[in-house]
Amino acid sequence: MTDKHLSTQFDSELGDVSSRVLEIGGLVEAQLSDAVNALINGSSAAADRAMATGARVNSLEIEIDSEISSIIARRQPAARDLRLLIAISKTTANLERVGDEAEKIARMMKTIIASGQGNRVPTAELRVAADLAAGLLRKSLDGFARLDTALAVDILKEDDLIDVEFNGFVRKLITYMMEDPRKISYSLDLLFVAKALERIGDHAKNIAEFTIYIVKGADVRHTSMDEVESAVK
Amino acid sequence: MAAVLQENAVPASAVPAPAAPLAPKAEAKAFNFYYGAFHALKNINLPVYEKKVTAMIGPSGCGKSTFLRSFNRMHDLYPGNRYEGEIRMYPDNVNILAPDVDPIEVRMRVSMVFQKPNPFPKSIYENVAYGLRVRGVKDRQSLDEKVEAALRGAALWNEVKDRLNDLAFNLSGGQQQRMCIARALATDPEILLFDEPTSALDPIATGSIEELVHELKKQVTILIVTHNMQQAARVSDYTAYMYLGELIEFDVTNNIFLKPANKQTEDYITGRFG
Repeated sequence: MTDKHLSTQFDSELGDVSSRVLEIGGLVEAQLSDAVNALINGSSAAADRAMATGARVNSLEIEIDSEISSIIARRQPAARDLRLLIAISKTTANLERVGDEAEKIARMMKTIIASGQGNRVPTAELRVAADLAAGLLRKSLDGFARLDTALAVDILKEDDLIDVEFNGFVRKLITYMMEDPRKISYSLDLLFVAKALERIGDHAKNIAEFTIYIVKGADVRHTSMDEVESAVK
Repeated sequence: MAAVLQENAVPASAVPAPAAPLAPKAEAKAFNFYYGAFHALKNINLPVYEKKVTAMIGPSGCGKSTFLRSFNRMHDLYPGNRYEGEIRMYPDNVNILAPDVDPIEVRMRVSMVFQKPNPFPKSIYENVAYGLRVRGVKDRQSLDEKVEAALRGAALWNEVKDRLNDLAFNLSGGQQQRMCIARALATDPEILLFDEPTSALDPIATGSIEELVHELKKQVTILIVTHNMQQAARVSDYTAYMYLGELIEFDVTNNIFLKPANKQTEDYITGRFG
């Protein structure tokens, strides 16, 4: 939002709520990195941190939504201001969900670590998927902060890579389970971890779509890549 | 299987016909207007769709009221004013600006409601019957019927039916404005022009006028000038944004307020400029 409103108060309200989205984004990134640390290094302390951050994320989400309601009620925003606020509300909800997924991973890892199998996690694919998910999340926040539609389009394309890793990992888990039924319970826990990473990629993709909505006014959810590219032209 | 397919196949005749294409009730074509040497409106091309509400917005001095007033030849009253180009009315395709078209006739077809209620110093009944009398209607019964129909159309009948002979000044501001709308409706106009019809009214009276606009568009085509952008967003189907005598953007109201194509329009409606 480069140009100023006649009301500087309105500008500062929009600026404030936008910067809170980045704040919640930062918290969620930290949550994810702690969860991945628990996953890869078997760190129980990191898992605890990821779960503790969740409370702050939740209360920030509520604060952001209440600010948005108040801006809508008092300012009757239109056009790109309205799109910005709608996108912020949805982006915040998606970030909070990313936080939930990170918490889920942390909780699952706590169980696995407690059962003494923390160092036997077959992490190769999970490590790749976790890096991809964290990378996508970071990019989606950068894209949102800079209203960069080119970056948003990249994210939409890259989300498929996580899906490829996820499918590969599921195949691998199936072979474990077939070889040794005692590994089924543990493999299912890992499946949920993988699923959580895959979902984080989806949330990052949603945020990228909202960025395009703010800038171009085009709703590119559930459209083909060709349609997306013609929308951002 | 084949039978199922057949059943699901939609015969061409069952496909719902597309909504009737929008018919313009009036259309400005290469329209220019001059106050003496001042070029106030510059090459305006704008359709006014039938039985739709078209709102005109823009900062003060953009020419929106001047444009509105051209639709019933209000500018004829002042020397030195000059129209150029055409405003066509349909279906008869007459250029209402043509010198051989009688402005009184135009004003029968295109009525106007002003910013401030302007009741005549007469009774409520006589205010509403005024245009009819000018038109030469004398028959008491037909006057009664038309006055009642107009007052009902303006959602005022129930409030004034027992005091039609009271002086119009005794009505509240909102009632006076609705009476003026009834007066404008009495001659069965095809187009109603509203020049900031609610800027002198409180929110309740404003609400009732907006509600009325919504009802009236079932019968007439409406053109409204307003400074209140939320009002334009609430009541209109189409919105035109004007600036310095030029038409900058014209589109479906939803597009103007969600995704205007022109940056100037966006800056204006988001309060970055104006």
